Amino acid sequence: MSEIQNLQTYDPFADTGEEEAGQPQGYIHIRIQQRNGRKTLTTVQGLPSEYDQKKLLKAFKKEFACNGTLVQDEELGQIIQLQGDQRLKVQNFLGDNGIDKNIIKIHGF
Amino acid sequence: MKKKKKKKKEAADKEKTEEEAAEPSEFGDLPPKRKKKKKTDMLEFEKQLKEGDEVENRQDDDIFVGEGEQDVKETKVEEAWLNSDRDYTYQELLGRVFQILRQNNPELAGEKKRYTIVPPSVHREGNKKTIFANVADICKRMHRQPEHVIQFLFTELGTSGSIDGSQRLVIKGRFQQKQIENVLRRYIVEYVTCKTCKSPDTILTKENRIFFQQCESCGSTRSVSAIKSGFKAQTEKRRRQAAQ
Ligand SMILES: [Zn+2]
Repeated sequence: MSEIQNLQTYDPFADTGEEEAGQPQGYIHIRIQQRNGRKTLTTVQGLPSEYDQKKLLKAFKKEFACNGTLVQDEELGQIIQLQGDQRLKVQNFLGDNGIDKNIIKIHGF
Repeated sequence: MKKKKKKKKEAADKEKTEEEAAEPSEFGDLPPKRKKKKKTDMLEFEKQLKEGDEVENRQDDDIFVGEGEQDVKETKVEEAWLNSDRDYTYQELLGRVFQILRQNNPELAGEKKRYTIVPPSVHREGNKKTIFANVADICKRMHRQPEHVIQFLFTELGTSGSIDGSQRLVIKGRFQQKQIENVLRRYIVEYVTCKTCKSPDTILTKENRIFFQQCESCGSTRSVSAIKSGFKAQTEKRRRQAAQ
């Protein structure tokens, strides 16, 4: 959380309002949502486009033994949706496969 | 909290009476069914105990401190070497110096007033809603607009809700106190504490749709990111609403 500001890759003088325009900013957001009852849903937003999302989803499903789908969002691009709380597993999986853990943001409780 | 304790006690009492009941029948015939039940009860009891511990054993630097919980630690600096013939260690001596300093000249010991917040009072309402009762109180303590805090809570939890007549926050979904605490902790890191001097004494202002955090202790200013909800999955209910 408290990284040294100077080492961050973005321009600190840039208008931060830019972020609001739905630009992924290179961050991968992993979120959780509650469904009816005690069931949960994990969403992964902002995966690098050089990865084949379908293959990733397939790998997630196999690795975490859960169901999932690919959702196309108008502004945010392709989103991977997984059943259950897979947030840590997704983070570890991406980290183990060469994605910088600092660009992964886990949200939720 | 109180309720939980009571529950725990009840469970303990139950355990006790069951044990007493079980003892004399050890000589006689104890139906195996009963023994099995006892075992599951024990597991349940242990689980409850653990849950209780999680709430009670707070870390020393935790900002969420209940009233009366604070500063209990300081009084028990023991001088263990007094009762033995060994020498004191450097750490012990250092502790002694600071204890005396704290007693006599607290300002010299670098004693800052610890930033603490009462833990969020969270309980379930019905099956699908959670009440966060002291949200206004906590926002006041953080010097933040409730709207901002609530917006953060909702986006992080991926849910929505409302404020009821007695200023309590009604959140859709089931959330535990610990979970709300975690989100608040992240809010404090991101929007309350000064990145330069770590002081929580800051104010949040909005200029040209950018939020700036200004520190009241050291005067530094930094912009903070806007709260973005990002992707929100359609849960079945909403899909039905959209179809209407
Ligand atoms: Zn400061």
